[in-house]
Amino acid sequence: MTLFKSLRVRLSQGTQYIPDLRGAVPSGFRGLPILAVGACGPECNECRAACPTGAIALDPLRLDLGRCVFCQACVEACPDEKIRFSSEPKMGAARREELVLHSGAAEKTRVRASASFSRIFGRSLKMRQVSAGGCNACELELNAIANVNFDVQRFGIEWVASPRHADALVLTGPLTRNMKAAVELAWEAMPDPRFLVAVGACAISGGLYEGAPGVDRTFLESVGPSLFVPGCPPHPLTFINAVLDFLGVD
Amino acid sequence: MDAVPVLETTAWRDDVLRRSRAGERVLTLYGKRLEHEVSMTAAFRDEAGRVEITRTRATIERGYHGLTSDLPALHCFERELHEQTGVRITAHPWLKPIRYEGQEPSAISSYPFYKIEGKELHEVAVGPIHAGVIEPGSFRFMCHGEQVHHLEIQLGYQHRGVEQRVLEGDPKRLAPLLETVAGDSSIAHAWAYCAAIESLSGCDLEIETEFARAVALELERVAMHLSGLSGLSADLGFLQGATTYGRLRTTAINTMMRLCGSRFGRGAVRPGGIGMVLPAGLLADVRANLGLVREDLAVINDCFLESATVQHRLRGTGMLSRAHAVELGLVGMVARASGVAIDARQQMLEGAYQVMPLEPQLQEDGDCWSRARIRIAELEASLVWLQRCLARCDTWDQPRKPLGALAPSQLVLALVEGWRGEVIHSIETSKGGQLVHYKLQDPSFRNWMGLAISVRQNEIADFPICNKSFDLSYCGNDL
Repeated sequence: MTLFKSLRVRLSQGTQYIPDLRGAVPSGFRGLPILAVGACGPECNECRAACPTGAIALDPLRLDLGRCVFCQACVEACPDEKIRFSSEPKMGAARREELVLHSGAAEKTRVRASASFSRIFGRSLKMRQVSAGGCNACELELNAIANVNFDVQRFGIEWVASPRHADALVLTGPLTRNMKAAVELAWEAMPDPRFLVAVGACAISGGLYEGAPGVDRTFLESVGPSLFVPGCPPHPLTFINAVLDFLGVD
Repeated sequence: MDAVPVLETTAWRDDVLRRSRAGERVLTLYGKRLEHEVSMTAAFRDEAGRVEITRTRATIERGYHGLTSDLPALHCFERELHEQTGVRITAHPWLKPIRYEGQEPSAISSYPFYKIEGKELHEVAVGPIHAGVIEPGSFRFMCHGEQVHHLEIQLGYQHRGVEQRVLEGDPKRLAPLLETVAGDSSIAHAWAYCAAIESLSGCDLEIETEFARAVALELERVAMHLSGLSGLSADLGFLQGATTYGRLRTTAINTMMRLCGSRFGRGAVRPGGIGMVLPAGLLADVRANLGLVREDLAVINDCFLESATVQHRLRGTGMLSRAHAVELGLVGMVARASGVAIDARQQMLEGAYQVMPLEPQLQEDGDCWSRARIRIAELEASLVWLQRCLARCDTWDQPRKPLGALAPSQLVLALVEGWRGEVIHSIETSKGGQLVHYKLQDPSFRNWMGLAISVRQNEIADFPICNKSFDLSYCGNDL
């Protein structure tokens, strides 16, 4: 009996993996913002005032993906429809300053493959995730990269339980004071070569918790991330594409 | 606020005891520091669903005689009260900090765990970093061989300072922040916040808006119950459950994304209304997705519930009796798995759940099996409710209502039954209409002790299953 029930489940499951992770665009996703070309109204400050994380700068209009929590408050506040969100998930960057979007800037690849990273990790990357004040949204999305839909293991990319087995430390959350010692221990336990990935607005900039009393980001001042994955939380495709770009995997 | 009775401290304490013994349930108990005094507030709910609030004031040095020895359910509230205000609480058995707020980072690693002496006993320390992609917390097991005598759970690693942060911003623009109190319960916390702010600013919503929010809340419940069952299956080694429940969760959260742009419902609920759209074409897709989830859910449930592996591992594991659940003041699906029928959706005096009631669910045994069963039962009930709701709904294009100024000297309590249990936001305004106190309460705050007690006399290898069956939030507790 159990065998037949199990076969029924297998039949209902079908084939779930997304064949083309590099080209997939999640339907309805609030992803990469697009800033319109042209000057804003004189002394208009609506979008910047509405932004909960100070992600917007004016004259000219700029938007920092490392701070953005994709709440759409700026879109609702703007009288001229200067900002809109597309469903493009690819938003990762290898340098912090490249997360700042400019009005009307041409499309560009923000993550460039590094030859040495590609040689060392391109065929096998083991990652250890540590949450330091994350709200479990980033953590769930990072879990999802290994599910039947995204199946990132197909690229030799996997989560590991011990930092001793890890090549990358993937941090989420704004980095709490109470996790400072544990994060440092995890990093110290990792063998070289190793690198750090900051996932989500909290980890990249502190996000909604920048300067909050329970937050201590000094670890990030001494160890800079090699890869930034924006979002609140980032879509699994945002993370996967950023990592694949970084490793030079097609 | 003037209508709230302020009692003398001893009378207040007696009143809390009297009400609890008369069958009223403490919804929340919190304090606010005022120079050398602390103002303490307790909210109760009786069986008819009425909420009453009492307050008292005590000096920090004199404090009051603790309630925990008489009412163990209040242990977490009094520990928090002591930690946040410094008020002296005498005769409390265990004033260990909940989250080490404002203390040196070394404090969290130097506070002693409970000890049991004995030659054949050993301790197992786990955390704060665990083996999976999961939030941090410390677990200390006191074991005799493989058997767990006692488990102490120390949290606080996720403490960011949400309650302080909430008071710094514009009270009408806090939704993005409150969506991150517990990111897997974004809708529940956002709705509690919006309900409180709308009540303070005299903003009445149309019933359609209430329905739209309830649809989002039930979708969140469906997604997280599926996620929990997937995780539980993985911990059991029942891989077909792990992959199939996980795949159905993807459909649920992608449906949420179609409605509001985020798989976690970010932006779905906003003060004065909603941030979701439902054009006709999308409505058909949403209905189709829910139909698919319900259909395939029946197939995997049939396999999961009949499987000998699943039954063998879950039945009798992590038992939490009804008496313990009541004594510890547990809430939500965990309480309902132990036969305690607490569900805010069943006690609504108005709104969507009052207009279209949801079938109540209850399990009696209180073991991991019951906690899996309650999630399956609630999943089915929510899917039925969603389908009924979406069958009668056509579109959600009500514009958001403007919010007026916050009414002065008010105390508002907002209660939303999230997938874990009751989310409670208590807000106070000053005489000038400023937000002066914001107490957040995730159901996990009360339920963690339930997990610790349920693990006793089980094998240490059963802990992951017990933990997953409770599925509590670390960040929701740590704030």
